[in-house]
Amino acid sequence: MERTDGTDRVDGTDPIDGTGGFGDKDDLHGTDRMGDTDGTDREHLVLVGHGMVGQRFLEALFERSDATAGVPARRITVLAEEPRPAYDRVHLTSWFSGTPAEELSLCPPGFLDEHGIDLRLGDPAVAIDREARLVTTASGDRLRYDTLVLATGSYPFVPPVPGHDAEGCHVYRTIEDLEAIRAGAAGARVGAVVGGGLLGLEAAGALRAMGLETHVVEFAPRLMSIQVDEGGGEALRRKIEDLGVLVHTGAGTRAVTTDEDGRVSGMALSDGTGLAVDLVVFSAGVRPRDQLARDCGLPVGERGGVVVDARCRTADPAVLAIGECALAADGRVYGLVAPGYAMAEAAARELTGGTGSFTGADTSTKLKLLGVDVASFGDAHGTTEGALEVLYANSRAGVYKKLVIGADGALLGGVLVGDADSYALLRPLALSGSPLPAPPEQLVLPASIGAASGPVALPDEAVVCSCHNVTKGEIRAAVHEQGCASVPEVKRCTKAGTGCGSCVKLLGGIVAEELAASGVEIAKGLCEHFTLTRAELYEIVRVKGIGSFSRLIDEHGSLPGGEGCDICKPVVASLLAGLGNGHILDGEQAALQDTNDHFLANMQRNGSYSVVPRIPGGEITPQGLIVIGEIARDFGLYTKITGGQRIDLFGATVDQLPPIWRRLVDAGFESGHAYGKALRTVKSCVGETWCRYGVQDSVGLAIELELRYRGLRSPHKLKSAVSGCARECAEAQSKDFGVIATAAGWNLYVGGNGGMTPRHADLLAADLDRETLIRTIDRFLMFYIRTADRLERTASWLERLDGGMDHLRAVVLDDSLGICADLDELMARHVETYEDEWAATLADPERLRRFVSFTNAPGVPDPTIRFVAERDQIRPGPAPASALIAGPDLEVRAR
Amino acid sequence: MSATTDRRPMSGTTSAGRVEIHDGAGWVPVCGYAELTPGRGVALLVGGEQVALYRDRTGEVYAVDNRDPFSGAYVLSRGLLGSRGAVTVVLSPMYRQAFDLRTGVCLDEETAPDGSPAVLRVWPARVRP
Ligand SMILES: Cc1cc2nc3c(=O)[nH]c(=O)nc-3n(C[C@H](O)[C@H](O)[C@H](O)COP(=O)(O)OP(=O)(O)OC[C@H]3O[C@@H](n4cnc5c(N)ncnc54)[C@H](O)[C@@H]3O)c2cc1C
Ligand code: SF4
Ligand code: FES
Repeated sequence: MERTDGTDRVDGTDPIDGTGGFGDKDDLHGTDRMGDTDGTDREHLVLVGHGMVGQRFLEALFERSDATAGVPARRITVLAEEPRPAYDRVHLTSWFSGTPAEELSLCPPGFLDEHGIDLRLGDPAVAIDREARLVTTASGDRLRYDTLVLATGSYPFVPPVPGHDAEGCHVYRTIEDLEAIRAGAAGARVGAVVGGGLLGLEAAGALRAMGLETHVVEFAPRLMSIQVDEGGGEALRRKIEDLGVLVHTGAGTRAVTTDEDGRVSGMALSDGTGLAVDLVVFSAGVRPRDQLARDCGLPVGERGGVVVDARCRTADPAVLAIGECALAADGRVYGLVAPGYAMAEAAARELTGGTGSFTGADTSTKLKLLGVDVASFGDAHGTTEGALEVLYANSRAGVYKKLVIGADGALLGGVLVGDADSYALLRPLALSGSPLPAPPEQLVLPASIGAASGPVALPDEAVVCSCHNVTKGEIRAAVHEQGCASVPEVKRCTKAGTGCGSCVKLLGGIVAEELAASGVEIAKGLCEHFTLTRAELYEIVRVKGIGSFSRLIDEHGSLPGGEGCDICKPVVASLLAGLGNGHILDGEQAALQDTNDHFLANMQRNGSYSVVPRIPGGEITPQGLIVIGEIARDFGLYTKITGGQRIDLFGATVDQLPPIWRRLVDAGFESGHAYGKALRTVKSCVGETWCRYGVQDSVGLAIELELRYRGLRSPHKLKSAVSGCARECAEAQSKDFGVIATAAGWNLYVGGNGGMTPRHADLLAADLDRETLIRTIDRFLMFYIRTADRLERTASWLERLDGGMDHLRAVVLDDSLGICADLDELMARHVETYEDEWAATLADPERLRRFVSFTNAPGVPDPTIRFVAERDQIRPGPAPASALIAGPDLEVRAR
Repeated sequence: MSATTDRRPMSGTTSAGRVEIHDGAGWVPVCGYAELTPGRGVALLVGGEQVALYRDRTGEVYAVDNRDPFSGAYVLSRGLLGSRGAVTVVLSPMYRQAFDLRTGVCLDEETAPDGSPAVLRVWPARVRP
């Protein structure tokens, strides 16, 4: 059983006993080390614990001391038990999906040096002598302090059942814990999580993602019993079981059984049943790490936690405690990070001569567990006298919403499962106690049915961003008084929306409303030539059957007869192509294409082009590889494997494109549309065919999808992937549409994105058969193409879509708008009329005419495109300032 | 630009006309007017220099340097034409700056990364029957 709590123990025996060698104060004075005093009389502050709250405390201290210049700086030593600086524990689970430990770090590079902080990793405090003001560390060091701050957090509670420390038992708190779980999972088939709370479900999601059959064993009669009520627990349970996690509620763990080598082999439950498991994760709650305080005689709460006052001071004024190890002035121990941060701020203020206090915090939470939204806020359990409940439940969709309404009609709290979009609006309403803007029934209805009321309804004092405690009034002031005219500006100015991000949508609504109120017109049109959006133009082109840019700009442009620009022309080109108006290089369409589409290749920094043949699903024969290799060699091209599982050939000049493609097309390759706003690739893992974990043929499906959607023009590029099992090697959840095989069929995820603004895809539908899967993707894509803005990826489109995921599901699965027949037909037409753009170009001398470097000197190569050698391949050389001056660089390819 | 009136073919000569560019010494025929796609350009070699030649939707022709001062690449002939208000511009296909085709002046930035003014040389161009 791997545990990192070096100082605290579950069983209550005294772990510090026997650290020995300390306690003789006379001796100590003699050995007081130079390290403790730096010869100045600067105060020495010792922080015990470098976790999330400890780090926030250090930051707050320096933010404050910038403001209180003149106060002599303190010397700061930080004792950390863990082997690395503070990291983001809240997002710990993302380590499993590949976020490296360094990325989780909360300690900015240079932070410690800049402030002269002495951080001692892996050297925890083991004892405190308050009289002598001395801390002893595990390595035997003794540090004198003027101020001591305890930020030791919590340890996972492990019920002392037989077998709880057998090999194969784990906890879930630190990166080291996760490393141990991953190592243990490698040889395991079935895993069980003890505890169905927030952390337990996160752990279950992680086990599931590693391909383990996963059980959750919860003692209480429902999941997440602290945050949600019975109905919410039920909805959550259904959703989670849909994902293949087996849930046992009302079941205690009686014992962990082991095999003859002492390894976990099963669990005995209180209901008399048993489970055969190879791995157990205990997640049955946390307990404050208050042992150090107990041992030095500081008061602790009955159920643990170092007692502090509103200023975060313990009974000893030289000792403060913050975060999860503290029992706050309101008599509670908080297990969430936001209250911990508030304590850190209060303590920092206290120590820098300011005033601030922590008297309690809002424990509202919104989470995404295994892809399911769960939120609870205010009086979620309806414990207020005379409270009434308003419920909405849709068990098919797995949605459950409950609002708790006070006798006076004010919103007191609520629980949202499966659809927590309204959380950002409802939470501030509940906390400000202001009257409801609409009848409560309407507030729980899905946005697609009921009229969800906008942010106007919020009073000024409502806290919109709880991470940074920003009210609606402050956001309005940012717009009206400080002239912020966009969400990013408001974010910069108020910090709202820069924490967990859950308030950003609401923030956007408020900013838009305030801008509209102050008469700022938000131009929605495409560009100066069209006041219409892309989606509106799409409908016009479709309904009126418009086939040319000239007609569109003359009839619907703001400046008939105008030239258009590089914004509207490619958009119209894509609409025309998408609605079946022939080859993109023909007739007037040729004039509209972006330069990449114009040459059916991607222009690179020196004006040369790259060529990307389609390799559906990333599957290629040895012969195919050889042909590509030969072409690259013969034309002297630079080759690189792309992230989308294909091969990019760089350094072709315009006039080389046709001969290169001639050979590719002859060998059976097609355009990969790397140049277009169109489907790029459908990545895949090898799946069931080869992989020992695979449950379906992911390569086969990826090829089918890629061939179906190749050439499909869309508002932005489209990426896709198919994984053969829940281990997700193809990273399908970072794609516009991604598919993950399940034992029963296919799960479809949409709206994922990598790149600059990564977004995890949302589950659209689970366990689909192949036919339904393809029909659903067809409709999803066509609905997106029809309604999205220019350059709007599916991720931001989905964020913007009114009614969000529920609405999308209603449209593509239940045909709520009655447009599915249309969508199906549009896709059928695309599939029918697809032709390879390069093959068609090569077959037509008129289309080939443009592929010359100089129209008045065909056959003369462009002398300015030059290459130099690097790592045995070419790379662009510096372009000469004028065509007449030859550069000094080595030319490796004569043109 | 004295040749402005010649920027369009005379009526009736549309498809048969030839485009000429003045290289400083005299008018040089470069290509057939019909070879130009409205809204797009082609690259030319004129006396060893690279020139970008365009035809807009109204039928006028323009010629400027082919070199994009922001990237140093000879690619402006591959940019799309557009209008900014009443001005006809070419939009660099590299980093999307707009250049006024009548003056060669960049409308988005004053100087190129090398410190030189972001202005293209304008070559007189005309259409002859
Ligand atoms: C998987 C997971 C998911 C979570 N998700 C959420 C969430 O969604 N929302 C939310 O609000 N909260 C969440 N939490 C809780 C959140 O992480 C904690 O509230 C937060 O980390 C508390 O900060 P802290 O500094 O008090 O404790 P910690 O971050 O635990 O830091 C305490 C540090 O002190 C060290 N330490 C302990 N004793 C000693 C000693 N004697 N000497 C030196 N160092 C010592 C510990 O090793 C540790 O590094 C989650 C927690 C986990 C584990
Ligand atoms: S390669 Fe595919 S099938 Fe194999 S573990 Fe990864 S996702 Fe599952
Ligand atoms: S509520 Fe977390 S960023 Fe605003």
